[in-house]
Amino acid sequence: MSWIATHFNYVVVVILMMAGLFIVFSSGNLIKRMIGLALFQSSTALFYISFGKVSGGTAAITLDAQGAEGQALAAQLDPAYVAQFGVEGVVYSNPLPHVLILTAIVVGVATLAVGLAIAVRVRESYGTVESDEIDAVSRVAAEQAEPAP
Amino acid sequence: MTAPVLEASFALNVALLLMLVVLAAAVVWTRSLLAAILLMSVYSLVSATWLMVMDAPDVAFTEAVVGAGISTIVALGAILLTRGEAVRVSWKRQVVPGLLAGLVGGLLIYAMSGLPDFGDPASPANSHVGRAYLETAKRDIGAPNVVTAVLGSYRGFDTLGETVVILAACIGVALMLGFGPRATLAPPAGAPGDHHVVLRVTAKMLVPLIILFALYVQFHGDLGAGGGFQAGVIAAVAIILHALVFGLRETTAAIPPQAARAVAALGVVVYAGVGIVCIVNGGGFLDYDHLLTPQIEAMIPAGLLGDPDKPHHWGQYFGILAIELGVLMTVSATMITIFYGFAGRTIDAIAAELRR
Repeated sequence: MSWIATHFNYVVVVILMMAGLFIVFSSGNLIKRMIGLALFQSSTALFYISFGKVSGGTAAITLDAQGAEGQALAAQLDPAYVAQFGVEGVVYSNPLPHVLILTAIVVGVATLAVGLAIAVRVRESYGTVESDEIDAVSRVAAEQAEPAP
Repeated sequence: MTAPVLEASFALNVALLLMLVVLAAAVVWTRSLLAAILLMSVYSLVSATWLMVMDAPDVAFTEAVVGAGISTIVALGAILLTRGEAVRVSWKRQVVPGLLAGLVGGLLIYAMSGLPDFGDPASPANSHVGRAYLETAKRDIGAPNVVTAVLGSYRGFDTLGETVVILAACIGVALMLGFGPRATLAPPAGAPGDHHVVLRVTAKMLVPLIILFALYVQFHGDLGAGGGFQAGVIAAVAIILHALVFGLRETTAAIPPQAARAVAALGVVVYAGVGIVCIVNGGGFLDYDHLLTPQIEAMIPAGLLGDPDKPHHWGQYFGILAIELGVLMTVSATMITIFYGFAGRTIDAIAAELRR
């Protein structure tokens, strides 16, 4: 039971990731597939941020441990815990995953836009964004292109 | 040393994650792409709330602006140009993907049982480089927001790469949608006219306020949550709001697509230029300690930022300011270019093609 509590976030990450994977595999619609990829990507972000969380920690914006906010945070924690894991008397969450994910989110929307732009161009060329119908259109085109026997 | 009892925020964490699971299930379930896009928008907002609980205000900021704002608009533009509903997929074709996802998911959950506990301060991820940044950022960089210090200075080269990727995406969308006979930037027939008086008046007041907020986020980035990425997206949202209410023609008269593309490239030039200046002044690429020559450093009054003991912070301070400006330019111009690409595509041409 305690395993569920300590690993709950990771289980949710896997569920969200598999939801994204399922959409990408099962849906033939290109736009829906891009949404699935976005879901998959967001689950990765959730994983990184879950990893960087430190219990009892605060956002990685340096505080004065003697100030009002620093005192209020320290009052909630065991002094020995703060001494071991704190930096100058304040426990922070890990900033490194935040940096990685912050830029990844903006890059993610830019690449999502590229994928959607490709879908728009596919629609203009084939008249559809369903992969089955695209296959059918290219098959017909290929048959027409073949010289008659 | 045992970790403190996971406090009330853990209950919030569980509740928000369960909401995300429900939303993701609804996205899987629905066939309407409009519904899926709007659900993803809600998903982003919920995950931004969750990110606040996880002590990641910078990321929450980005997720709220990007996920609930820009990506929703871009995806709506895409379904407007394609179709609004996915074809029904028969259950037979869902069996294999379902089994595969179940199998991979089961294996991943099995593997995850070996991970450190959630919130463990002594886990490998939290005890080496991340902790080192927290310990040294104030001394090396001087910026209170460690996320900005790592983003702009320690990992400045990495961030330059991300900025270049964003520029590449900008070029890609511009090439695919921004040129040719269909990229006329003309409003479609039956575009909203002048009758939305309340909307127009409100939008007119909001646009400068949003830009002002973007500038606040930009320049406040090293003190609190914020920075070039968030500010760039917020600034782009102001322009997009203007285009949505007043029509694309009005907006492109103020900010032509060519100008947006040029600014996107210029942002990367500014960023890389800061790196080159550092080399010229005797440091490494993007080594801001050498951004300013000693003569210039000597001219800056010591107490200007309230920390007279750390003169080498000036280079770091101005370096981060300059590269954040480059990021702001590239990100906002890219988002505007992407919006122009999708919004400027003529639907009439597609309709004509269908009739043909």
